[in-house]
Amino acid sequence: MNKEQRKIPGDYKSAHLLGRFGGQYVPETLMAPLRELEEAYRLFSRDPGFRNRLKYLLSDYAGRPTPLYFAERLSKYAGGARIYLKREDLCHTGAHKINNCLGQALLAKMMGKKRVIAETGAGQHGVATATACALLELTCEVYMGSVDIERQALNVFRMELLGARVIPVTTGSRTLKDACNEALRDWVTNVGNTYYLLGSTVGPRPYPMMVRNFQTVIGKEAKAQYKKAEGGLPDYLVACVGGGSNSLGLFYPFIKDPVRFIGVEAGGRGLKTGEHAATLLKGRPGVLHGSFSYLLQDRDGQVRPTHSISAGLDYPGVGPEHSYFKESGRAEYVSVTDRQTLRAAILLSRREGIIPALESAHAIAYAVRLARRLKRNQSIIVCLSGRGDKDLEIIQKA
Amino acid sequence: MNKIDATFQKLRSEKSKAFIAYLTVGFPDLETNLKLILEMERRGVDIIELGVPFSDPIADGLTIQASSQAALEQGTTPGDALRLASEIRSRSSLPLVLMGYLNPFLSHPPERLAGELSRAGIDGVIIPDLPPEESDFILDPLKEQGIHTISLLAPTSGIERIKLVSRKSGGFIYYVSRTGVTGARKDLSKGLVERIIEIKKLANLPVCVGFGISTRSQLLKIWEVADGVVIGSALIRPFLESSTASGGLKKSIQVLDRLLGND
Repeated sequence: MNKEQRKIPGDYKSAHLLGRFGGQYVPETLMAPLRELEEAYRLFSRDPGFRNRLKYLLSDYAGRPTPLYFAERLSKYAGGARIYLKREDLCHTGAHKINNCLGQALLAKMMGKKRVIAETGAGQHGVATATACALLELTCEVYMGSVDIERQALNVFRMELLGARVIPVTTGSRTLKDACNEALRDWVTNVGNTYYLLGSTVGPRPYPMMVRNFQTVIGKEAKAQYKKAEGGLPDYLVACVGGGSNSLGLFYPFIKDPVRFIGVEAGGRGLKTGEHAATLLKGRPGVLHGSFSYLLQDRDGQVRPTHSISAGLDYPGVGPEHSYFKESGRAEYVSVTDRQTLRAAILLSRREGIIPALESAHAIAYAVRLARRLKRNQSIIVCLSGRGDKDLEIIQKA
Repeated sequence: MNKIDATFQKLRSEKSKAFIAYLTVGFPDLETNLKLILEMERRGVDIIELGVPFSDPIADGLTIQASSQAALEQGTTPGDALRLASEIRSRSSLPLVLMGYLNPFLSHPPERLAGELSRAGIDGVIIPDLPPEESDFILDPLKEQGIHTISLLAPTSGIERIKLVSRKSGGFIYYVSRTGVTGARKDLSKGLVERIIEIKKLANLPVCVGFGISTRSQLLKIWEVADGVVIGSALIRPFLESSTASGGLKKSIQVLDRLLGND
């Protein structure tokens, strides 16, 4: 099939409507601060001073643009489509999270907030927030589940070294979801001087769109880089989905192009075991952390415990825009188990000399499977969202 | 007439103020819930707020978080809250307000849910994570059953929001006394009295104040200007501090008596 004849999948209509998903389901105390944030974001995202400063930080400080690398040996191994890796793992701090953190920390600074709080799962968002706060002279406190503190100890030390305070969360499942709860409780208490720097495309409006917009630098670069390298457009984009920020960042600039999007969710010990974090595949719509979106929950609407080998995907919710993509058919969602993920991490390390984060290894695992089914003249861009240093202990133990 | 409206009408004619008691359904257990509620009625509580335990109570402090988690671990469901309400309704005419986070409400079509709440004898609902902008889908079916949707106002709410909430809320307005989560505090927040007076000027509904109130003197100060107080954590904490349900019940009633000035 000729590339120009390909169709845009699904009936995705507008960049601004999320159908029934999204919204602002938060305690009354947060309604005014959310309005203030929406207003500030609208203002500053158009302000040339803000935009130039962010552009400068992304290039000279964070190391953008990141390469779009043709993974020749991995492609040869798969024996089908050409696999390209968008190397977000080469960003300063080792993951795509810094793109959003620099944007939001700059916004916090311009709003006159002195204190920044964040939630973190794998610790990548916490490290990126601590980094941006160190650079911009903001006080930083990061909520992290005690389970995650244990399994991502290196990142805890990094945050502390950067001058942030890491606050252990010992309630509920003691993972990312509970860190989010605790960050919201902090924000509700300290709304006056505090900026909540949310790390993914989740939460109440304007966070999902704001975080996505700060991450679209991934897709914009990839699109231009691919065009230069190969001409035209790739056939597929593949990225892991926890909350959904690296995937939306890659997908969004291709929204009106005939390119298929595949989001890879954490299959944990297998979808049948119930021990997974495959929200879009196994959940139903509900409200958690301020927005209406797919959610892993029981019959009574209690949020269900999740499991994933990767702390960054171990979350029962998902960004509302992904729910919209799912229902409109614009993106497809699949899952990859813990074991397949580990194998993919080892495969990429051996074949390409790149040790991926376990989150990103989910996308690698699926991309290899997909490439095998495709023709040699087809291509896939995978978002390699983070590097694997933080996961070495888990990989070693497995 | 809705029981909440009737209660405020009666209190107004007596020049008296409302004492609203919150408890977590299923904590320490349903049987103790019922005993406590019947005691509350005898001692002069005006409205009961039944808290449906939720896995992620983002507006609650440690006391209610702990009680919710314990209730869920014992298998308490939203259905239990309705069964408890029916049981209370068969023995008492106290107004019943169901307080719950939004997500469990979404597990049922709003019309069916409203019917079930009405049959269980619920007079009002409070959904702390449902601001008035997003509430129409559930507000209308509830209204049809004569059930009030009680909205909240907070220290951060501006004049426009006060007007919006007083237009949308039913029964009364729940004023959150401070920025923060639920849980007993030593002091009232600064400017609280002035703030209540401001809201009462703009709103045509009774205004009740909750979050952080745990002593008789705090309560009296609020009663001077507001139409009622909501007390939760102070009544729940004795159960967390006692090894038995009956011990917790005894202590919780002592706290209640102190707050009501019955001692």
